[in-house]
Amino acid sequence: MTQDPNARAEIEPTEVGANAAETGERQLRQPDADHDVTNDHELLPEDLDFATLVEHGHTASELDPDAPAVLTVDNLKMYFPVRSSGLVRRTIGHVQAVDGISFEVPKGGSLGLVGESGCGKSTTGRLITRLYKPTGGSMMFEGNDLAKLSNKEMKPLRRDVQMIFQDPYTSLNPRHTVGTIVGAPLEVHKIVPKDKVLPRVQELLEIVGLNPEHYNRYPNEFSGGQRQRIGIARALTLNPKVLVADEPVSALDVSIQAQVVNLLQDIQSEFDVAFLFIAHDLAIVRHFCPEIAVMYLGKIVEIGDRETIYGKPHHPYTQALLSAVPDVKQAAVGGRRERIRLEGDVPSPINPPSGCRFRTRCQFAQEICAKVEPPLLQIGKRHKVACHFAGELGAHPATPVTTQLLGVDDQGSPVPGATPTNTQLTIPGYEKTWYDLTTKQTTGA
Amino acid sequence: MTSVPMTQSSAAAAAEADGPFLQVEDLKVTFPTEDGPVTAVQGLSYSVAKGKTLGIVGESGSGKSVSSMAVMGLHDTKSAQISGSIRVGGTEVVGLSESRMRGLRGNSMAMIFQDALAALHPFYKIGGQLEEAYLVHHSGASKRDARRKAIEMLDRVGIPQPDRRVDDFPHQFSGGMRQRAMIAMGLINDPSLLIADEPTTALDVTVQAQILDLLQDLQREFNSAVIIITHDLGVIAEMADDVLVMYAGRCVEYGTAKQILTTPEMPYTWGLLSSIPDLSASTDARLIPIPGNPPSLLRPPSGCSFHPRCVHSDKVPGDLCVTELPELLPASSGTAHLKRCHLADPIAVYQDEVLPEIAPDLVEETR
Repeated sequence: MTQDPNARAEIEPTEVGANAAETGERQLRQPDADHDVTNDHELLPEDLDFATLVEHGHTASELDPDAPAVLTVDNLKMYFPVRSSGLVRRTIGHVQAVDGISFEVPKGGSLGLVGESGCGKSTTGRLITRLYKPTGGSMMFEGNDLAKLSNKEMKPLRRDVQMIFQDPYTSLNPRHTVGTIVGAPLEVHKIVPKDKVLPRVQELLEIVGLNPEHYNRYPNEFSGGQRQRIGIARALTLNPKVLVADEPVSALDVSIQAQVVNLLQDIQSEFDVAFLFIAHDLAIVRHFCPEIAVMYLGKIVEIGDRETIYGKPHHPYTQALLSAVPDVKQAAVGGRRERIRLEGDVPSPINPPSGCRFRTRCQFAQEICAKVEPPLLQIGKRHKVACHFAGELGAHPATPVTTQLLGVDDQGSPVPGATPTNTQLTIPGYEKTWYDLTTKQTTGA
Repeated sequence: MTSVPMTQSSAAAAAEADGPFLQVEDLKVTFPTEDGPVTAVQGLSYSVAKGKTLGIVGESGSGKSVSSMAVMGLHDTKSAQISGSIRVGGTEVVGLSESRMRGLRGNSMAMIFQDALAALHPFYKIGGQLEEAYLVHHSGASKRDARRKAIEMLDRVGIPQPDRRVDDFPHQFSGGMRQRAMIAMGLINDPSLLIADEPTTALDVTVQAQILDLLQDLQREFNSAVIIITHDLGVIAEMADDVLVMYAGRCVEYGTAKQILTTPEMPYTWGLLSSIPDLSASTDARLIPIPGNPPSLLRPPSGCSFHPRCVHSDKVPGDLCVTELPELLPASSGTAHLKRCHLADPIAVYQDEVLPEIAPDLVEETR
């Protein structure tokens, strides 16, 4: 890269913002000085040796426990109406695609969202980018509640929340050149004058490791990995603060997946973008996200940091999910890994099971699971789980752990005179104190 | 196979008895295109015995699917030029007439495709499609027999209420159930060879585990030879006995699953292993991609076809990698382990340079 690294900051915003403060804020952010801006993500191997390649490979992302939340999602709900067939299309039910989920995305960090297909993870991503208007709940982003804004009020905020799509073949318009695709957001939001669009486009192409000379080519001239880079460049055009990456690598070849994951990690450290990383590949999520939320049928069943979720998961569903992943290391042993069999398919979200939604496939389910829904209870410093019988694999308790908090007996019937203490159960982030499973008392650090 | 001359039937009997069920030798598949001939597969040899599983790994365009479609006789004989030898249960398949091929296909060998929704006909009921597969190869069977067999197979692959679901259309099935229905269709004639082309790629991990369990159970039950084509090395590790790594139409490494995944000797295999994160790896493990893109088969690179993307070619003296195609030679770790690489001491390079970056925890264990 021959360009001066500071050139990026020279692109001045035009006076389209409502006031000076806003345009000032919209200054295209400068990358951290200590980061190598002359990046060549798509390394050409002629003069490449293994050591250089290693330097460009990233280790797993680390958690910054003190990072403030950039996006706070509280009790978010999305119900899609199901209409009857016939002339009068009455609403006869709702698909509860997302039903009351709460989480925080830390500034410059990443939260992974995993679960089976149909669990609502993609819907969550589309809610945050406001491709859908939520049925209920709030999504706080820099003092604005994205859930309540009208489309018009939403427009200036769309710059800050962008999306990377799964399929690089269908998410790029085949009749537009790469320059048009990547430059479109600039024209829509009128951030830079027309003659500055092309330099910005070329700069973006360079950031994502494509040849800037290729701006007038069409998507069909690129391979799958390169197309995904174009999609990433488009998402980066407006310097977003939050990127929703919906299965960004699952349509790519294995070797290309690693290139794209490394690119996303570069982008994250250079531009301090927060990621909501949606994927069903648990190993990729583990590498990219220091914090992970596991979803099942529209609800978060377990959320916590990487070490907890992958090391000592407490929810039977997380345990089953993890045990189902085939492991390369198994080759040294031979045969199949021991795994927890989940019978049947995910129930319909139109008519989800009462109480705990996982109980129909859960081997620990008892009467209480059908009667009372388990709250998402904080049981560790950065660990919440929604299960009456939460415990490490092979150490699930025989009696429900939540009875005291909910004021019910072991069968889930309300105890007269009991005082439920579930005040801390639904906040999006983590509390300083939590409910200890062994002592059944609230403890702190 | 022995070189002693035998009559056709006794050769077939011998293959049934002890030799591998599928034997591919020096397979070459060329497609003429407007820009010149594309050689999608060349010099490929492998064999699969009954009851064994061969895993084929490689990127898109490496010839994985083309070679298995040649085994199934699915290439258009008018355009694809196939040379070499493919013997299925002693029968030479290359050059076999279409009518005789049809007798084998779906009967003694069957294929499961990646996208079950695309592979099942949307207009016909699941049961109808299963019955058709049965009736084609059982001319004496009645429609009622075929329906009973279809229900039995659906039950066998774990579809609930098979007697009712048999009358469903493919769109009424979930993704995992469709894949099961396709497996049922593939197995309805008890084939001795089953080729599964990315059977679980589009599925969730929980469903994937169910399907892999099912394939293993059925393989045990029918004692079939299975080929699994996938790019998921985890699936290979848990399913395959032998592994064939393909790159640009050639076999670049061949060995048991343990040899390939624990002591690989070809930089492309290292690249594959280092570009996937591991569920239990240390968080200090790096994700190291293979640089660049797979080559065009229209103008394949000179010498070793992996050399433009290889980061270890500087360890080979001169420009041997650019000028000369390495032979597929026995590797140092075992007799059945073959690799196509000029590197003099690949194990040392892997242990000292690659492994510390991609699995630092494993290095400490071995020391």
